[in-house]
Amino acid sequence: MSINAISILVLFALAAAVALGIVLISALLGSGRKSTEKLLPYECGLDPIGSPRRRFSVKFFLVAILFIVFDVEVVFLYPWAVVFREFKAAGEGALAFTVAAVFLGILLLGLVYAWGRGALDWEE
Amino acid sequence: MMILDLLTALAKVVIIFAMILGVVPVLIWMERKGAAYIQDRRGPNRASILGMRLGGIVHSFADALKLFTKEEIAAGSVSKPLFYIAPMITFFIAIVTVGVVPFAEPLRLFGYEFNLQIADLNAGLIYVFAMSSIGVYGLLIAGWAASGKYPLLGALRAAAQMVSYEVALGLSVVAIFLLSGSLRLQDIVIQQGALIWDWNVARQPVAFVLFMVALFAETNRLPFDLPEGESEIVAGYHTEYSSMRFALFFMGEYTHIIVGSLIIATLFFGGWQFPFVAAELMRSNMDGVIVIGWPAAGIALLMFGMFLVSRFRRRYRDLRDYETLLFGVPAMLFATLLLIAWAGLLTRGYLDNIPAWIGNAVVFAVQLGTLLAKALFFCAFFIWVRWTLPRFRYDQLMNLGWKVMIPIGVANVVVTSAVMVFRP
Amino acid sequence: MFEAILFYSLAAVAVISALLVVTRVNPISSALMLVVCFMATAGVFAILGAAFIAILQILLYAGAIMVLFIFVIMLIGTDPADLKRRQMTFAKILGAAAAVYLAIVLGLAAWRPPFIAAPMAGDAFLSPATIGKQLVTTYLLPFEILSVLLLIAIVGAVVLAKKKI
Repeated sequence: MSINAISILVLFALAAAVALGIVLISALLGSGRKSTEKLLPYECGLDPIGSPRRRFSVKFFLVAILFIVFDVEVVFLYPWAVVFREFKAAGEGALAFTVAAVFLGILLLGLVYAWGRGALDWEE
Repeated sequence: MMILDLLTALAKVVIIFAMILGVVPVLIWMERKGAAYIQDRRGPNRASILGMRLGGIVHSFADALKLFTKEEIAAGSVSKPLFYIAPMITFFIAIVTVGVVPFAEPLRLFGYEFNLQIADLNAGLIYVFAMSSIGVYGLLIAGWAASGKYPLLGALRAAAQMVSYEVALGLSVVAIFLLSGSLRLQDIVIQQGALIWDWNVARQPVAFVLFMVALFAETNRLPFDLPEGESEIVAGYHTEYSSMRFALFFMGEYTHIIVGSLIIATLFFGGWQFPFVAAELMRSNMDGVIVIGWPAAGIALLMFGMFLVSRFRRRYRDLRDYETLLFGVPAMLFATLLLIAWAGLLTRGYLDNIPAWIGNAVVFAVQLGTLLAKALFFCAFFIWVRWTLPRFRYDQLMNLGWKVMIPIGVANVVVTSAVMVFRP
Repeated sequence: MFEAILFYSLAAVAVISALLVVTRVNPISSALMLVVCFMATAGVFAILGAAFIAILQILLYAGAIMVLFIFVIMLIGTDPADLKRRQMTFAKILGAAAAVYLAIVLGLAAWRPPFIAAPMAGDAFLSPATIGKQLVTTYLLPFEILSVLLLIAIVGAVVLAKKKI
C-alpha cells in the first residue's frame, strides 16, 4: 500500500464519519411529533395529485449521451496533453498535434451534426 | 513505517478538515453580510454570547445549534434509506475533493518531510473531476427519494446541468495540462513559478474563464442555481429536507465553494506561490523576510486594534458595547509587545543568523497563508457574483454549456497545442 | 495482509452489489447498486496500483454512464404501476443467454488459467504519461477509430431521439 492509498483511505473514512456523525447527532437532538400533514410531500399546501415519478422528456437522454461521448473524448485528451511536451521536445510535436486534431475534428463533426439537427436546442 | 504513514495521513486529514469546517461558518457569515451590504442592509448583527457578537458571526453558530435541534421530517412516501443517504453523499463528495490540493511545499523539519497535501496522485486533478462526477448522485438520489414533484424536477435539472458543464470543466484544463505536462497539482503549481505573468491565468485566460463559469455551474450557485430556483420549484432537490440533513446540503455547497476556490487558486493563480518572491529566494534571504515581515505584521495588528477601539460607542447600554474594546485593546497591546520584541532581537543581533528549520517553517506558513488568501478572494468572488447576477433561463443555460463553452474549449485546446508546436 | 483484507472486502461489496442489481425490483435502486459495484471495482484497481485507471473507472462508468442509465430509467418512468407491465419474457430469455455466455467465459478462464501475478509496479505503471505515449505511438489507429465510434454514437442518439425532423 502506498502512502497515497493510505491517505485517501483515511480521508474517505474521516469524511464519511463526519457526515454520519452530523446526521446522528441531529437525530439524537432533534425532536418533534408526527402528524398526517408532515407525512405529505410539500406542494405549497395543496394535497399532491398523481405520482411525481412520471416519465421525463427525451431531452435529458440526449444530454446524457452527448455528455458521455464528450467526457470520453476529454478523458482521452488528458494522457495526450501530458505527453505533448515530450513529443515536442523529441521533434515529433507535429505528429502529436495532428493525432489530436483529427480526433477532435471528427468529434466536432458530431457536435455540428447534433447542433444542426437541433439536438442542442432545449426549446423546440 | 506503516504506523507513521497512517498517523501522518490522519494528521493531514484532520488539519485540512478543521480548516474547511472552520471556514464554512465564516463563509456563511460572509455570504449573509455580503448580501446585506450589496442590498444596502446591515445584515446579521443581533445574536451574541456574553455580549460578543463578532460582527454577526455568532449567527452562524446559532443557526447550526438551531438546525441540530430541529425535527427531522420525512414524508410518508419517501424511499427511506436513499433519502437518508443522499445528503451524506453530497457532503462527503464535497469534502473529499480536497484530497489532492497542495497547500504548500513539503515542509522539511529535522530530517522529516511533511507534505500538506493528502495524496499526491499521478492522476491529480482527474481525481477531483471523478469525485465531483459522483456528486451528481447526491442530488439525483435526494430528488428521487423525496418523492415530491419539486424535488424530482430540481434533481433532474441539477443532473443535466452538472453533466453539461462537466465537459466544459474537463475541457478547459486540457490546455493547462498541455503547458504543465503533468496532471499533478503540485507540478502545475511549481511550473507556474512566482512571477504573476507566468501564472496560468495570464497564459490561459480563456481556460480560466471557461473553468470559472463551469465551476459556478457545478456548485449550483447563482446564476446557475436553477436546480433550486425558488420562484419555480420551491427549493428543488432539497425541498423535503429539514434539520441537519438539509444543513448537510448547505454545508456541502459551501465546502464545494471552498474547495473550488482552492483549485482555481492552484490551477490559475500560482497556488501557494507568493507573488514575485520564489520560495528559494525567501529561504536564502530569511533574515530579511523576518526583519521586514515581523514589524509589518505588528503594525497591521496595531492598526486593526486601533480601528476596533475607534468603533467604541455606547449604543445598547449593555455588555455588547464593550465588545470592540475587548478585542481592540489586547490586539494593540500584543502588537506593541511584538514590535518591542522585534526591536530588541534586532539590536541584539539574533535576527542575523536564523536556523534553517525556522526558515522552512516560515516559508511553509507564508505559502499556506498565500494559498488561503487567494482562495478566500475567490470565495468572496462567488458571493459577489451570487448577489449581483440574475438567474439564467434553462434553455439559455443549456445553450451556453453546449453551444458556447464546448466549442470554445475545443478551440482553446487546438490553438494552444498549435502554438506550442509551430512557434519557432 | 492489510491489502488482502481490503481486496476481499471490496470484492465482496462488488459481488453483493452486482447481485442486488439483478434482484432489486425498482430500476433506480438497481442502477445505484451498479454504481456501488463500479466504485468497488475502482477500489480494486487502486489496490493494484493503477490509481489513474481507478479514477477513470469512477469518472466514466460511475459518473457518466450510470447518469445516462438513470436518465433513461426516468425517461421510461419509475412509477410502480408502470414497472409491473414491463417484465417481459424476452428479457428473461436474453438474460438466460447472457448467463450461459458468462458461465462459458468463466469456465474457459478457469480451465486455461491466463492469470498473471498482478504487477505491483510503481507510479509509472499505467500512469497518464505511459498511456499517453502508447496512445500517440502504438495505439494511434485505434485512438482515431475511437473518435469515429463516438461520432456514430452521437449520430445514433440524435436519430433515435429526434425522429420527426
